[in-house]
Amino acid sequence: MNHRATEEARWVRLTLIGTTLLLFFCFLLLPLLVVFGQAFSRGVDAAWESLQDPDALDAIRLTLIVAAISVPINSICGVAAAWCIARFRFPGRDLLVTFIELPFSVSPVISGLVWVLLFGANGWLGPFLDRHGVRIIFALPGLVLATMFVTLPFVARNLLPLMRSQGVSEEEAALTLGATGWQTFRLVTLPKIRWGLLYGVLLCNARAMGEFGAAAVVSGHVRGQTLTMPLQVEAMFNDYDWVGAFTMAGLLALLALVTLAVKLTLEWRMGLLGEALL
Amino acid sequence: MARTRRVLPGFQLSLSITLLWVSLIVLVPMTALFLRPWELGAAGVWASITEPRVLAALKLSFGAAAVAAVVNVPLGLLTAWVFVRLRFPGRDLADSLIDMPLALPTAVAGIALTGLFAPKGWLGALLAPLGIKVAYTPLGILVALVFVGFPFVVRTLQPVIHDLPLDAEEAAATLGATRWQTLRRVVLPALLPALLAGFGAALARGVGEYGSVIFIAGNMPMISEIAPLLIVVRLEQLDYAGAAAIGLVMLLASFGILLLLNLLQRRIGRFA
Repeated sequence: MNHRATEEARWVRLTLIGTTLLLFFCFLLLPLLVVFGQAFSRGVDAAWESLQDPDALDAIRLTLIVAAISVPINSICGVAAAWCIARFRFPGRDLLVTFIELPFSVSPVISGLVWVLLFGANGWLGPFLDRHGVRIIFALPGLVLATMFVTLPFVARNLLPLMRSQGVSEEEAALTLGATGWQTFRLVTLPKIRWGLLYGVLLCNARAMGEFGAAAVVSGHVRGQTLTMPLQVEAMFNDYDWVGAFTMAGLLALLALVTLAVKLTLEWRMGLLGEALL
Repeated sequence: MARTRRVLPGFQLSLSITLLWVSLIVLVPMTALFLRPWELGAAGVWASITEPRVLAALKLSFGAAAVAAVVNVPLGLLTAWVFVRLRFPGRDLADSLIDMPLALPTAVAGIALTGLFAPKGWLGALLAPLGIKVAYTPLGILVALVFVGFPFVVRTLQPVIHDLPLDAEEAAATLGATRWQTLRRVVLPALLPALLAGFGAALARGVGEYGSVIFIAGNMPMISEIAPLLIVVRLEQLDYAGAAAIGLVMLLASFGILLLLNLLQRRIGRFA
């Protein structure tokens, strides 16, 4: 017996590692391989052609538009939220944090449902919107609102612990030296939090582009108009267009892989390994 | 001056932005969820959520999520232990892959698992001769929920295992305990609160899960129809109050379970 008392025997260690890696392969890697395998099952050309389909292109464009609107708004508001919550004490602060984190514990379908309850045909404001010819549900605004609800916590939640731990002495020094509030924020705070901010924006964007449940409820499934990429995957899958569905899914899987890679780099930079991607 | 001046600027501006943002995007819509079911009247709400099809869907969603979370406890414990305590090549890369189920859009996970477990899929074809059908059965729902819940258990356990003091294990070994006894009597009790927290997080995620489940589930009413899908069905029938009623029940039930687990966790934490 040549291992330490707080370690398992060599054969036990090897068995544990082997079992875990097998689990990893079957459970985490095989689904990825299936996506790319099915996408290229009729050759690379067929996969490439399926992306040239006008509906597929429209879905990609819509996904980019939705993310381009919802991610910046949630990022700017998230920074504002982290600033006032981490820097000041005020009554109701903990409650505010609870509300910001609420979307994380709500089913994606409910995240879409709440908007239909407000703006749908039978919604509180439905008849009013109808009279004025404004469409929110089954149109772009609904998709943006549902995406914003689902991705609201990411930036604020990632910045809060960081800003709390960093303290305010640099900001106070800058202010004492005559910097204006805006200068202090831009030249002192922003550089201090940039990696954490980028981390939050990255996760927010990944979720915004990949959101399915909330988008499915508010989309109305009009081909070429209100289908985002994940919804287009569903539409093609239901049409038995497996090459098309898995090719579009492959694009989203690539987005996930890139997100994980950048996340790993950022964690390495911030020196906090093992933070959950929630 | 009687009032203490705040040194840092921007309090009013940042708080105003935050309140406006949270109110418009979270509070107002959530209010609709809490108020709209009552358009049916209390008796109507009761009738709407005790419909056999709704009860079956709720039972399936909560039951499958609970079983999946139970399955994830040993899987997550094994993985977290191996990644914190043991060294092997490629560990850091593999560690970042643990988050794959969270990073992968749910629709992608859904069709990937369906492709994998369909009767002609890579794993489905292996299981078919054994008489095991996964895709389009409640078992498929379980597979999808284990997949999406897995990272929650691992990520909750990892920091706790990392911070476990080695001297307790050393003391146990010095006092003559075998390694197995040490793990069972010393390590496991210390991990119990974290195991419960991971279980709760996986459960909460599983209850509301939609995208990864609907492709593989088959969605047969009374058999493999999950509660979120029933919300979608009711919305399509323009039964908004009925849809909101199911949503409200799901939300309150998940919060209730999480609260219970939280209390249990504190109890155990105090004894340990």
